[in-house]
Amino acid sequence: MTILDLSEQALRSVNAELQSLNGTQSNAEYEIINPRGSHALAVGLNAPIAVKIAGSTGYYCAGMNKHATVQVAGSVGPGVAENMMSGMVVVDGDASQYAGATGHGGLLVVRGNASSRCGISMKGIDIVVQGDIGHMSAFMAQKGNLVVLGDAGDALGDSLYEARLFVRGSVASLGTDCIEKEMRQEHIDLLNDLLARAGVDADPAEFRRYGSARQLYNFHIDNAQAY
Amino acid sequence: MCGIVGLFLKDSTLEPDLGAMLTAMLVTMTDRGPDSAGIAIYSEDSAKPFKITVQSLDPATDFPALSDRIAKLTGAPAQLLEKGSHAVIALAKSAADTVLTMIRSDFPELRIMSQGNRIEIFKETGLPEKVAAEFSVAAMHGTHGIGHTRMATESAVTTLGAHPFSTGSDQCLVHNGSLSNHNSLRRKLVRDGMHFETENDSEVAAAYLTRRMQGGDNLGGALQAGLDDLDGFYTFVVGTETGFGVLRDPIACKPAVMAETDRFVAFGSEYRALVDLPGIKDARVWEPQPAKVYFWER
Repeated sequence: MTILDLSEQALRSVNAELQSLNGTQSNAEYEIINPRGSHALAVGLNAPIAVKIAGSTGYYCAGMNKHATVQVAGSVGPGVAENMMSGMVVVDGDASQYAGATGHGGLLVVRGNASSRCGISMKGIDIVVQGDIGHMSAFMAQKGNLVVLGDAGDALGDSLYEARLFVRGSVASLGTDCIEKEMRQEHIDLLNDLLARAGVDADPAEFRRYGSARQLYNFHIDNAQAY
Repeated sequence: MCGIVGLFLKDSTLEPDLGAMLTAMLVTMTDRGPDSAGIAIYSEDSAKPFKITVQSLDPATDFPALSDRIAKLTGAPAQLLEKGSHAVIALAKSAADTVLTMIRSDFPELRIMSQGNRIEIFKETGLPEKVAAEFSVAAMHGTHGIGHTRMATESAVTTLGAHPFSTGSDQCLVHNGSLSNHNSLRRKLVRDGMHFETENDSEVAAAYLTRRMQGGDNLGGALQAGLDDLDGFYTFVVGTETGFGVLRDPIACKPAVMAETDRFVAFGSEYRALVDLPGIKDARVWEPQPAKVYFWER
């Protein structure tokens, strides 16, 4: 375990040290101490290393992550794990807006609450939030799974494509073209796997599934005159 | 962008440190707003029952002249404490209206930053560190205070365009965002008798809340009404003689973090602004909900 102390080492230097392993198969372990809400911490990683951040961070923590496991022992600002490709990011506290935005792959786990626009435009990432999520979450979400153990805010899944949304608590309102869908065995199995990987103890049968009605952008021949 | 910091003390033993804590928070938010900075600080002082804070482009000439005029007007030596381009005039509450009227008529070049029982406002263009040093903010004590670092969008980088805005006695507002209906709302408020110093959108929000409170609303009620009448992006932090309020618009793009312990309530645009507050590790830290009014009164 290598300790990187942000009270002694500059942010760019810490990120450069982590990124120096990019492209390798290193399993090195790091702990970053004294993060003091720093922005863009542990971004652009591309190796199966493990990074623990001892405290809360600012914007864009663990952005563009590939292969690495990043755990934040605190809360994170806007845009955690933005555009993640693979690997795992775990936030022990809360996440601010647009957590996991545009993510292509990997698993983001938020143990607390995530605020507005969680999973906006997600493209294959899996997101598990143990608390609540804010309004406009999964807006234009294209692919992947968003699992929420708490409640969802207004306009969940507005203009959704093919992402799957699972909510155990209440949903304040569904966005345009987002509807509740049947929970089939395949979805129970999928949830079982996601919850196990996220280290969360919950019964998949308690969740409701939401997805796209697939009506919003479809061309209807009856409307031809409108074009 | 813009940066906001705020601190409302519950534990009076922290009051001597209010200015130092706010200064550290403000300077941390420099990269959110390097154009200008300002601070409103509320303190109780029996030797200063009422305070008027003024700003001058020529303090060396204006402040002695103002001091003389106040002494003649009130029949007692003026208490005028100069701090850089600003001066705080302490006087009996009964003399306040007369002195304010005199300043407005005889010293049109002076800008009245604030007036009230407790409030003092200091704001200038330049980096927050420079602005805080000019006014020795770190040495100030008080019960609550609000600071702002500005990255201008809706009006020019000037002293009067800096935040906080004060449109009523002991009231102030800072704003991160931009309002889209400020021109129409300003016209309506002018018809209601409100006076504006600038073309700034945030001043309209401040005047709107002042007008609501003149009509009988408390701070919470005024902020609640603002949700219907103010259109645009905003995170507001608002101060009154005894209170401190926070409001975010329903879309809530503009960042906000709050922390509360049994000693204080703190606001920061980012968590970075809060990291050195005493006991922050054990504080309840949360992101204020969109369209939800938060306010504390002592």
